[in-house]
Amino acid sequence: MTAIAETEVAQKDVAQKSAMEPLIFERSKKGRRGYQLPALDVPEQSLDEILPAALRREEIAHEVEVSEVDVIRHFTRLSKLNVSIDAGLYPLGSCTMKHNPRINEEIARTPGFAWSHPLQAEHQVQGNLELLWHLEQTLKEIFGLPRVTLQPVAGAHGELTGILMVHKALAKSGNARKYILIPDSAHGTNPASAAFAGYQIKELKSNSRGTVDLSTLEAAVNEDVAALMITVPNTLGVFESEIKAMADILHAKGAYLYCDGANLNSFVGIARPGDMGIDVIHSNLHKTFSTPHGGGGPGAGPVGVSESLVPFLPTPTIERREDGTFYCDFSHPDSIGRMRAFHGNFNVLVRALTYMRSMGPTGLRRIAQIAVLNANYIRARLRKTYHLPYDAPSLHEVVFSDKLQTPKDVHTLDIAKRLMDYGFHPPTIYFPLIVSGALMIEPTESEPKEELDAFCDAMIAIARECEERPELVRSAPHTTPVRRLDEARAARQPVLRWK
Amino acid sequence: MTLPDPTASSSSHRYISNAGEDIREMLATIGVDSIDRLFDTIPDAVKLKGLLDIPGPWSEIESRRWFRGLAARNKTAADHVSFLGGGAYAHYQPAVIDQLLLRAEFLTAYTPYQPEVSQGTLQSIFEYQTHQCLLTGLDVANASLYDGSTALCEAVLLAERLTKGKKKVVLAKSIHPHYVETVRTYIQNLGLEIVEVGWGADGRIDLEELRGATADAFAVAVQSPNFLGVVEDYDAIVGATEGLTRISVIAEATSLGVLAPPGQHGFDICVGEGQAWGIPPQFGGPYVGFMVVRDALKRHMPGRLVGETVDVDGKRAYVLTLATREQHIRRGKATSNICTNEALIALAANMYLSLLGKEGLREVATQCLQKTAYLRAKLREIHSVELPFAGPVYNEFVVRTPFPAETILGDLEHEKILGGIPLGTFFDGHANDFLVAVTELNTREQIDTFVTVLSAAISRERR
Repeated sequence: MTAIAETEVAQKDVAQKSAMEPLIFERSKKGRRGYQLPALDVPEQSLDEILPAALRREEIAHEVEVSEVDVIRHFTRLSKLNVSIDAGLYPLGSCTMKHNPRINEEIARTPGFAWSHPLQAEHQVQGNLELLWHLEQTLKEIFGLPRVTLQPVAGAHGELTGILMVHKALAKSGNARKYILIPDSAHGTNPASAAFAGYQIKELKSNSRGTVDLSTLEAAVNEDVAALMITVPNTLGVFESEIKAMADILHAKGAYLYCDGANLNSFVGIARPGDMGIDVIHSNLHKTFSTPHGGGGPGAGPVGVSESLVPFLPTPTIERREDGTFYCDFSHPDSIGRMRAFHGNFNVLVRALTYMRSMGPTGLRRIAQIAVLNANYIRARLRKTYHLPYDAPSLHEVVFSDKLQTPKDVHTLDIAKRLMDYGFHPPTIYFPLIVSGALMIEPTESEPKEELDAFCDAMIAIARECEERPELVRSAPHTTPVRRLDEARAARQPVLRWK
Repeated sequence: MTLPDPTASSSSHRYISNAGEDIREMLATIGVDSIDRLFDTIPDAVKLKGLLDIPGPWSEIESRRWFRGLAARNKTAADHVSFLGGGAYAHYQPAVIDQLLLRAEFLTAYTPYQPEVSQGTLQSIFEYQTHQCLLTGLDVANASLYDGSTALCEAVLLAERLTKGKKKVVLAKSIHPHYVETVRTYIQNLGLEIVEVGWGADGRIDLEELRGATADAFAVAVQSPNFLGVVEDYDAIVGATEGLTRISVIAEATSLGVLAPPGQHGFDICVGEGQAWGIPPQFGGPYVGFMVVRDALKRHMPGRLVGETVDVDGKRAYVLTLATREQHIRRGKATSNICTNEALIALAANMYLSLLGKEGLREVATQCLQKTAYLRAKLREIHSVELPFAGPVYNEFVVRTPFPAETILGDLEHEKILGGIPLGTFFDGHANDFLVAVTELNTREQIDTFVTVLSAAISRERR
């Protein structure tokens, strides 16, 4: 590992040169072009006759003029400044950075899918509607729930969809209620989505296992509570073993159980949300079902619901007629309405169904098995080196803290940055909020043992550096295209565009 | 039912490396004797007793066969001539874009939380934000929203935050109907009220009705070109909406290559759908929503923002910023619940806008204008075809015949032409109307054929 330290100066020079890619606007030179259209093949009319000058613009000042070569070079060089799952372990906890199979990309690009238009007549898009119908059937089976809407385009969008349904169902029965209960370990999207659905938030304290005590829940649930929004397993990777009892407590008071399915990867094919008493769940298809994260989307967040919420699903639903044809059904008078224009992120859904078919029932089960095995292997290898704040058995991810390193004034952020020098993307850090200095590691099932070992070796080496050369860790990263950024300056004097 | 032994070689899957001996070694390190033991915290009562009842596992050969079979059952612009618009447009996509999008460093990275290893994504977003500002004439753009419909929702919610107390928002009825429906869904529990303002004989928003609707409203939103294809007169709308936050909605993004930018005509927020920037229609998604606002509104912005800064060596670099607006910090009080957005599509848009550039964006828009004008002139020659709205248009307009739109469009489909979108699907009293869109992809020959076939269809229906 000292080799890294010794060569870091040379590496730094090389890396910094490669980071000198100007903005595309700075590459612009008058007279360059990056496109060609066929010559206009209709008689040209005076623009003034088509569209009055007052409605037209001047030239787009400062827009770029670059060649195709310029564009290829620019974006290829930019791409090299990123790390990615294809290059190695990307253990962002809660994000499920798994292998993205390329057959999914190929199939999504099939011209019959890519060039289908969202407002075409149903008889022209029977292939698409059948695909969506099959995806719903597959997700119904995975969730163990009677219906699934495919409209939401992200996890948070699914959360909003689900809580709006809860609201409408309760309102329909006379009282929409006021509060959504959310454990203190939850993703930030949960309270935000609940608030946009019209609710106030009541936070539930986790116990020493990081889970929610039945007594805590029981004390919090009353006639003003609309639902509990809970992540299963939670953000520590710990399964709420009392989930069914929680559902019973909520149901007894007429409240619903919402499951944030961000962590479905840990139990897909092993257990089903519907069998746990869960009324609503969203699944981030870009997590469990491998559609590429794309630097921050696109995603998809289908939502499964129990029988009592079916009338409130977004419209349209996709239905099959007895003759085997498919149609969009708008006749749901109690629907919450439309969550987005058209049919959601259709071509993300195509990728996800391709993946589900590639895996099949045995493969989906194996996902959970190996994801949990991999996470527990990291836990076993690192638990003597890093503090494990919650000792409860965990599934697909493991959360350590920097407690053993802080005496040397080395913190989670430093450890994360130092991992970059070892060639790894850092884990999720400082989340969940209930762990001070959290390092949340989710390897997924994709990683081979040797990659996990290399990661653990790096983490152990960094822990040693924290003891022996803390300054090296505190000043990391040393080998990345840029080093630590002045984030305060970015926020204090925001420069949000090139000028 | 006996479940498969995970260490058996028959259990291996091509996407999952660890098998056989590796699994046994890892279990030994963990100190348990089987993978099942790792799931002891899931009560048996909720565990599946067998396997899921779903198809697969399929090889690539089987997947190709099945999915291509489904795709072949669609009739699309891939094998028909298309004049479809209505918020999703077929434009030229330079080959470079999809090749670059497949670069793993873009495709398989995630949200750039760690800027030192994400400068590629961050710099691209910064460039994308800049393009949005140049095109709309506004000051600050975000990294992306889901699509045009949800971008409008976010704009309405932003405007409401600016003017606490007022609860009414004015929406032009000629905004894409799916967008308006989505806004209704989003605001249903927030105590807000939507007032819709209709259009006049020219297809533009009815200014008298608009004036009457503004009392007590906090914002007004209009779409231009609107859902009828008609270009709105921003200055007239501004004159009628004193004191309101003004939201401009763009559903056809290439129109910004020739139309006056809303930011230079009194609008505070511009939101829209970026699909027309070379993204395939792909049955409605993934697309990319954009939002651009006046500088004063930037701290109210939903979603991610990328800003410029320096690293410890003083080198220019980019980073997610103003994060205190966002859900992971502000939780229940965030400006939006959005987390995952449409980064890869925004990247595609950045590439498109860069390749087309200053000249190309103007040329695409001008070709759309010219070809549309050509088709309109041809249609005016057909007796019994009417273009009901007299206002100026960009690349889309309403066609009226004496017969139900579905009938006429069915006749066109017979000749392998996807001729338009029935307006009666969205608005009562328009059963004989349909929307027709023309882009740079439509040749003169296609346009001439469209006219001939339409003319013949009308004659046939007449008989």
